[in-house]
Amino acid sequence: MRTLDELIAASPVFAGLDPEDLASIADCGRNAGFEADELIARDGDPANSFYLLRQGRVAIELHTPTQGGLIIETLDPGDIVGWAWLFPPYRWHYDVRAIEPVRAVAFDGGCLREKCDVRRELGYELMLRFAQVMNDRLQHTRFRLLDVYGASVAS
Amino acid sequence: MTPLLHRVLSRTRETRDTWTLELEPLGEAVRPRAGQFDMLYAFGVGEAPISTSGEHLGDGPLTHTVREVGAVTGALCRLEPGDPVGVRGPLGNGWPLAEAAGGDLLVVAGGIGLAPLRPAIRHALAQRGDYGRVSVLLGTRTPGELLFVHEVEEWRSRFDVEVDVTVDAAPQGWHGRVGLVTTLIPGAVFDPAEATALVCGPEVMMVFVVRALVDRGVPAERIWVSLERNMRCGVGHCGHCQLGPALICRDGPVFRADVMSRLLEVREL
Repeated sequence: MRTLDELIAASPVFAGLDPEDLASIADCGRNAGFEADELIARDGDPANSFYLLRQGRVAIELHTPTQGGLIIETLDPGDIVGWAWLFPPYRWHYDVRAIEPVRAVAFDGGCLREKCDVRRELGYELMLRFAQVMNDRLQHTRFRLLDVYGASVAS
Repeated sequence: MTPLLHRVLSRTRETRDTWTLELEPLGEAVRPRAGQFDMLYAFGVGEAPISTSGEHLGDGPLTHTVREVGAVTGALCRLEPGDPVGVRGPLGNGWPLAEAAGGDLLVVAGGIGLAPLRPAIRHALAQRGDYGRVSVLLGTRTPGELLFVHEVEEWRSRFDVEVDVTVDAAPQGWHGRVGLVTTLIPGAVFDPAEATALVCGPEVMMVFVVRALVDRGVPAERIWVSLERNMRCGVGHCGHCQLGPALICRDGPVFRADVMSRLLEVREL
């Protein structure tokens, strides 16, 4: 069985961090599990945690009055769920639901922010890596705004 | 090239705006290869270039999947069994299935782009021993707009092909993926050095897919894309489908990705 340090070190988002940084991150982590259809986070709730998915798929959902729950993105093992813990007012902006049984490493955002305040190098590294995650998802979102599958040459 | 008279044998609704037509010849038959297209003539309305969506090895009907995007395709989609339709073809070059044999095969389709790729997938599965690993990555707008749902399920149930589907958005209760088709590429199982990729979908999607494949290590010379342009004559005479030095109907519609990239990167074209 792998330790939390090993799991975190093997994840794409934390790969390559030095052992001291990995140990700091692991100090704020714990194993978590969710049943299929269980709500992991709810829009508007305090964002005290974020998750590194180890097993199972989760849906990022947006609720609209006319369409009900709409899945706007799914995330799979290796993906990070949540960055609202990094930015005031530290609240979730979407619902996060387990589509199937999920195992994850849950991180205490407050704990990690405190460690970043003490060790600014760790904070910089984490910001770089979360910025990459956000950049990727922003690019994907912009691409989907094009609605490319809806367009075609008329004939 | 004169249209050959055919009759609609059946019409099957695939999605809200897309239908598959099976046509039987009333004289000479047209037998397109995977990736080729025919000009379908809705009498009294006009012609439209439509890729073949079936394999035509024997005497079976000619199969085309048509999405309603204008007057001609709308008229084609409204044809009923027994109605006449004109067919000019087969036109264009088709997918390089023989060249791809011996290595892994990766098929990436977006939206209606699955229609021209279905014959290639059917061919690869029928000649399974000719290829290494076969992966099919499908992207579409919503779960309800996925083409050939039952056939895709059949592919998924096989152990010798990897099929992954992602949609742009889905209602609650969808258990599949939601996200860009490019997000499927890093996890797909194939050897980039030995693989051939066949890609069809909206051009902007193909540009992103080609970049993701090249990032994964697939040489651009082994990535093939099918382009769509305003094809009229279908035989390289009228020039409507010109893209730089290429006439899509005559030189394509299937191009190597390195050739396509050079053409698509010129904004003036």
